[in-house]
Amino acid sequence: MPGITREEVAHLARLSRLELKDEELDHFAEQLDAIIDAVARVGEIAADDIPPTSHPLPLTNVMRPDEVRPSLTPQEALAGAPASEEQRFKVPQILGED
Amino acid sequence: MDLVSYEDALASYDPVMGLEVHVELGTNTKMFCGCATTFGAEPNSQVCPTCLGLPGSLPVVNATAVESAVRIGLALNCEIAEWCRFARKNYFYPDMPKNFQTSQYDEPIAFNGYLDVEVDGETFRVEIERAHMEEDTGKSTHVGGATGRIHGADHSLLDYNRAGIPLIEIVTKPIEGAGERAPEVAKAYVAELRELIRALGVSEARMELGQMRCDANVSLRPIGREKYGTRSETKNVNSLRSVERAVRFEIQRHATVLKEGGTIVQETRHFHEDDGTTTAGRVKEEAEDYRYFPEPDLVPVAPSRDWVEELRGTLPELPRVRRRRVQADWGLSDHEMQSVLNAGAIDLILETIDAGAPADAARKWWMGELSRRANEDGVELSALAITPTEVARVSALVVEGSLNDKLARQVIEGVLGGEGDPDTVVEKRGLRIVSDEGALGTAVDEAIAANPGVADKIRDGKVAAAGALVGAVMKATRGQADAARVKDLILEKLGAQG
Repeated sequence: MPGITREEVAHLARLSRLELKDEELDHFAEQLDAIIDAVARVGEIAADDIPPTSHPLPLTNVMRPDEVRPSLTPQEALAGAPASEEQRFKVPQILGED
Repeated sequence: MDLVSYEDALASYDPVMGLEVHVELGTNTKMFCGCATTFGAEPNSQVCPTCLGLPGSLPVVNATAVESAVRIGLALNCEIAEWCRFARKNYFYPDMPKNFQTSQYDEPIAFNGYLDVEVDGETFRVEIERAHMEEDTGKSTHVGGATGRIHGADHSLLDYNRAGIPLIEIVTKPIEGAGERAPEVAKAYVAELRELIRALGVSEARMELGQMRCDANVSLRPIGREKYGTRSETKNVNSLRSVERAVRFEIQRHATVLKEGGTIVQETRHFHEDDGTTTAGRVKEEAEDYRYFPEPDLVPVAPSRDWVEELRGTLPELPRVRRRRVQADWGLSDHEMQSVLNAGAIDLILETIDAGAPADAARKWWMGELSRRANEDGVELSALAITPTEVARVSALVVEGSLNDKLARQVIEGVLGGEGDPDTVVEKRGLRIVSDEGALGTAVDEAIAANPGVADKIRDGKVAAAGALVGAVMKATRGQADAARVKDLILEKLGAQG
């Protein structure tokens, strides 16, 4: 089983906007490898007649009627925000977009 | 950069388009929680733990949104999935507080359909790849940079009221063979889709409010070649006219780059309304970069075949079919019908007829006086401060003889000016036709007395001269007399035959 490469870890880090040092890339590549190996063992016991399962419960169509329920107040909504301004969530400068 | 002309571009290249349209559903609540969806509410006043992605919260699907999705799929001649799941589309951007958007990936609720559109009287079939359910994102305001752009901003502010509002994304298959008509086909498709969405009653699909948005993918290939060229994706083109302009510009831009031996970069582009150009956005992330996986917090949606058939029974007459019927019913030429469509008058006219007006009168008012007023004010017909019911009432007053056309126009002016409904305006302005024979007789006698020469001519059989006396009576009654009745009275009194 080919391992996770450093480049793949670097790519994932970029998508997650995480800055990783070179030694961290190696370290996480190794860890992710171990995780993927562990998960891959599920494939060893799954027979061909068992489809991949995303939901363990045999439920479908769980829906709610289109009726308005109370929302939080803006103050409650913003209470957990590290920063806010003009009743909005404040986030740092967004980079890499135009 | 000097652009290759549109004609030159089309002489060498064959355009292929792909259109992605997002429609915000008009549900009362969001896709996965009970927060209201009212437009223009105070920032962050329509948010809850679920749409803010707070730990421990769980989404539950809005049944009406699923129903709308199935109805849209059916109206687009799609197959409806027997079983489908939601998926997480992961990306790092603050417009979704969850850090992912709940969408559908390889199991859309509707797929393999088509929508027929008309361009210059010819039918063009646009094939639909899929229609899937997802949720809208929050609204960002960029602070500190030039004119609200991200570039140069030092921070951004987020309002999550819109985050989680149900969206249906409708994706076409590659649209080939449109040739030089590609921009018009794109516009006609979006216009037809908008009509369809409105006819279904699932959204008002007002593009200026962002309730319907179009992303236009365009690529060129040398004429005669099968393989598609590299595409660009122009995001958030938000009016019908812009769709047409954006596609046209991209065709010219691609041709210019290709003719100079350059290569097209697969990227998103921004459209600029002011000059009709596009500029580069970000290089498109590959689908796998979104690391889609089935949404574990939502169970699959499995529309039963019975339910799907029941919903099929609720589909309204499709806009294209209805237009044909209306044109035949009203006996309009293609040109007249086109004027009605361009004026956006068809629904208003139909509603006026439903409210009791004769078809020709309904059409006359909306296409005549009311179109003129709308043009003067620079607004859409539907934005005028008069309802189809009120127009029908004015029409009824004319039919019953209480108003003539001139008075009716004054009533309409009063309604538009906020003076009240037609009956109130008639009352307030005293606009009823004078049908009191006594009052009319007096006015006629006075006119005869004041114009003895004219009266003599009429007595001598010059019936045409009666027009002058009719005019005098109309003036005396401030236009409130029935001209035909006045003429009869004059001739009667002067012993002449009409």
